[in-house]
Amino acid sequence: MTNTIGVGASPKRKEDLRFLTGKGRYVADIKRPNMLMGAFVRSPHPHAEIVSIDISAALAAPGVRAVFTGEDMKADEVGSLPVGWAITDRHGEPCKEPPHPPIAHGKVRYVGDAVAFVIAETQEQAEAGAELVEVDYNVLPHVTGVVEALQSDAPQIHEEAPGNLCADWELGDAAAVNAAFDTAEHVTSIELVNQRLIGNPMEPRAAIGEYEPERGQHTLWTTSQFPHVVRLLMGEFVLGIPQHKLRVVAPDVGGGFGVKQFHYAEEAVVTWAASKLGGAVKWVAQRSEGFISDAHGRDHVTQAEIACDAEGHFLAMRVKTYANMGGYLSTFGPNIPTNLYAPLLSGVYRIPAIHCEVMTVFTNTVPVDAYRGAGRPEATFVVERLVDTAALEMGIDKLEIRRRNMIPTEAYPYQTPVIVEYDSGDPMGCLDRCEVLADVAGFAGRKAASEAAGKYRGMGISTYVEACGLAPSRLAGQLGARSGLYESATVRVHPSGAVTVLIGTHNHGQGHETTFAQIVSERLGVPFEDIDIVFGDTDKVQHGLGTYGSRSLVVGGAALNKAADKVILKGRKIAAHQFEAALEDVVFENGAFAVAGTDRKTPFADIAGSAYVPFDFPLETLEPGLEEQAYYDPVNFTYPGGAHICEVEIDPDTGVVTLDRYTAVDDVGTIINPMIVEGQLQGGIVQGVGQALFEHGVYDDMSGQLLSGSFMDYCMPRADNIPHLVIEPHSTTCTHTPLGVKGCGECGTIGSPVAVINAVVDALRPLGVRHVDMPASPNRIWNIIRKTRVRIAAE
Amino acid sequence: MKSFEYKKPDMVEEALSALAGEDCLPLAGGMTLLPSMKQRLISCETLVDLGAIDALKGIRRDGDSLVIGAMTRHAEVAASPLVQDTIPGLAGLAAHIGDQQVRHRGTIGGSISNNDPAADYPAALVALGAEVQTSTRALPAEEFFVGMFETALEPGEIVLSVRFPIPELAGYGKFPSPASRYALAGVFVARTGAEVRVAVTGAAASVFRATVIEEALSRDFSAGALERVSIDGTDFLSDIHADQDYRVNLVNVMARKAVETALGFG
Repeated sequence: MTNTIGVGASPKRKEDLRFLTGKGRYVADIKRPNMLMGAFVRSPHPHAEIVSIDISAALAAPGVRAVFTGEDMKADEVGSLPVGWAITDRHGEPCKEPPHPPIAHGKVRYVGDAVAFVIAETQEQAEAGAELVEVDYNVLPHVTGVVEALQSDAPQIHEEAPGNLCADWELGDAAAVNAAFDTAEHVTSIELVNQRLIGNPMEPRAAIGEYEPERGQHTLWTTSQFPHVVRLLMGEFVLGIPQHKLRVVAPDVGGGFGVKQFHYAEEAVVTWAASKLGGAVKWVAQRSEGFISDAHGRDHVTQAEIACDAEGHFLAMRVKTYANMGGYLSTFGPNIPTNLYAPLLSGVYRIPAIHCEVMTVFTNTVPVDAYRGAGRPEATFVVERLVDTAALEMGIDKLEIRRRNMIPTEAYPYQTPVIVEYDSGDPMGCLDRCEVLADVAGFAGRKAASEAAGKYRGMGISTYVEACGLAPSRLAGQLGARSGLYESATVRVHPSGAVTVLIGTHNHGQGHETTFAQIVSERLGVPFEDIDIVFGDTDKVQHGLGTYGSRSLVVGGAALNKAADKVILKGRKIAAHQFEAALEDVVFENGAFAVAGTDRKTPFADIAGSAYVPFDFPLETLEPGLEEQAYYDPVNFTYPGGAHICEVEIDPDTGVVTLDRYTAVDDVGTIINPMIVEGQLQGGIVQGVGQALFEHGVYDDMSGQLLSGSFMDYCMPRADNIPHLVIEPHSTTCTHTPLGVKGCGECGTIGSPVAVINAVVDALRPLGVRHVDMPASPNRIWNIIRKTRVRIAAE
Repeated sequence: MKSFEYKKPDMVEEALSALAGEDCLPLAGGMTLLPSMKQRLISCETLVDLGAIDALKGIRRDGDSLVIGAMTRHAEVAASPLVQDTIPGLAGLAAHIGDQQVRHRGTIGGSISNNDPAADYPAALVALGAEVQTSTRALPAEEFFVGMFETALEPGEIVLSVRFPIPELAGYGKFPSPASRYALAGVFVARTGAEVRVAVTGAAASVFRATVIEEALSRDFSAGALERVSIDGTDFLSDIHADQDYRVNLVNVMARKAVETALGFG
């Protein structure tokens, strides 16, 4: 075959033509007939009773068609926004799930909580109307910090959750851990904060609801990573719309990073409002509105300990984490700091016993949920800070302590003490290669050069593993998931032999239209340009679970591969009929069906054509058509991993940390498109560097206001903050996914924050610094240097 | 954004008569005004765009001074051979305002009229002893800048140009906020004859002269002369990016950088 582009090739991305020429079609670009515009009135208070809402002035304003409040939705029996993955506490009780109305009634619980929705003929009129809604609040005491919210005198946020506790959760064998700590030669303890992050995808969220009364048909266009799940959650639990009467479309979406994988209040509000008004209603978030209404990420406070024997072998780990849920539970909120966190605490190491306690806690802040990495960067941060600190305390080289404790390749599959079983991996190989690529041997020379220039230099390592490919439904169900986590694909072969794929994942920047086309091209021998990938529309695509948790290629790709298998089988049946041969004698190779051992063969496209011209088909045993569907449910998570080594230079005059070198060797399994994988790793690393050095969602404790509520104060990483990234794959093949892939979307974000912080701590080690919290901002670093210098001078 | 009437005169007189009406605002580069209007923090009946008035644009030498029109873009100042030749420290300052897009839209007149406490130009104007020519009067820079986002401009009065005396040496050191890239501390240093003038932006509510630094540099115009100089930060700003002590430190470090830039080491 000449024009197939298969596994291992790096064609230019099919989708980029429209993206790079400004022809992408995003929700904000969509206009519906007689479409009205909506604007939300949001709470300026972190915690308050809604005494009354006067909408009369707003209703009288020019162009305003309707103003809806939470009481209106309540009167219409609109349901609570559901939790898609709940957890069970250590006593076997379900976590507290207080009601989460799409528009607040009774009380508001964070700055940004919606209190009214104003609908007008134009955006400007809606905004002007929103300013005229008069809300009388009785302001209540508030709490924004996760530890403070558990104190006995903290304000009570939900009556359903006494003490603001959502769940007191645990995993692991506490008795075994305690026993190991009792006999340990050395115990290393750390306390750390994994700060709140705000995802900020390039495209702000948007939604259009439309209702056609004559058909009873509802449509929602939304910036979502999983339109089918939105249809399920919103249709079944919030609005009571039958699935066949609700179409959800997620067209081109400008980045997700997890922020768009939840069912948001605004989706339900526009869909409901459209049905009330009998037309279309559109809402597009302002960037500043996104800061206070997009789910945030991370926000943990953690105490952790590791017990070692005299040679630095790990014996046990003990972790206690306080995880901020915000004012309500977002769709996956309680699952992230528990099920996606504690099972990764073994890292790439043999640790015989692990016990983790997590308190999930309500506060008067924006709800917290998954953000690229989702639990696994937090776990990796704990493990790799512990390992580095233990090495320092015990006087063991930081590479050596890792190698001494690593799971050797021959020990795979490896059962950790925290549920998961790693199927494959080679952490030692990744670290060995990374050490060479990063020129660790040359570090001393570079450090001396930095010191000669009055700068500090440090090197940081992180070796990590993560769990991707969400998720085996059986295991997910045991852990509280309320849905299976399989994926679906349909391969529709047209009479010409061209292929349309309908897939349940969603492409919002990952290059699926290219990668999935490569899989089809490889499997069916169809020219790359003759393959289209369709996704994001529940009226076109069979039920699917969407894109998150590095699952699209792992689970969706497997479903696609399985559907391709079925197409090949069907093609063989047709060919066998035509050849008058036995099915078992017909093979498919090099893009053609052939009778094994003969020169009789028919190209794929010819078989496709005859599938639709079945003049002589034995119709009892052979149906016309060539279209197959498959659902794939993974048998295990996949476990990408790797080693990252970086170097930072610190200017003591200003505290500025400059990331100078970065090397990553990652095991992502089989690679379909090396260019796309490298791009995913680059983006992930930069996003993790953002957490390590720049990004911080900051609440003012006194006022409960989000201080980092715009790009003036929320610092994203930029190109000039990032050095050349040296990235090399070191793949082992996943043993249980049909394509051998492991996923790569979150690797960088998981591996990089702690590599950078380990480097910062290493640089400041001469000053006696043991830990630096993120972000390692100039002010924070300068304060640390100044204080330690003062202390050293005093000594 | 609330709706407004938009006028774009091409003569100063027309602009002034338009601005004499009720609830009018002048639009220069719009780098602060337009985002504020989009967020509905600022609104007006009439927006008078000064962008078509040629008389407000351009850079010229006038004896021992450099005169820069109010509607001259930052990128034009940065790239001007005349500015680079006469006050390279000023060209260098302009080259690092905001980002590419801001430098091609933002203007010197708009920047100083807004008087953002973290803007760069106010430091240059005060340190260089510039004179602001408005539509009604000429004001020394130190009188023009009054306080946070506050100038001596009266309603309807606009900046026409800024006259910079050409110094012997000048340099600017800026520590940008990691997020906004406005100055957390920006220090402009200028020496003419025996006089050294130093102005600081970003650190306090408005630009100010740092007299202790001026005194130290008057004795010894070198970065080393500042090592033991301590600046009183009592009135300094404190926020999530920089506390007071850190800003005090940054003023010192940026003053040293400015001196080195002025001396050609930067």
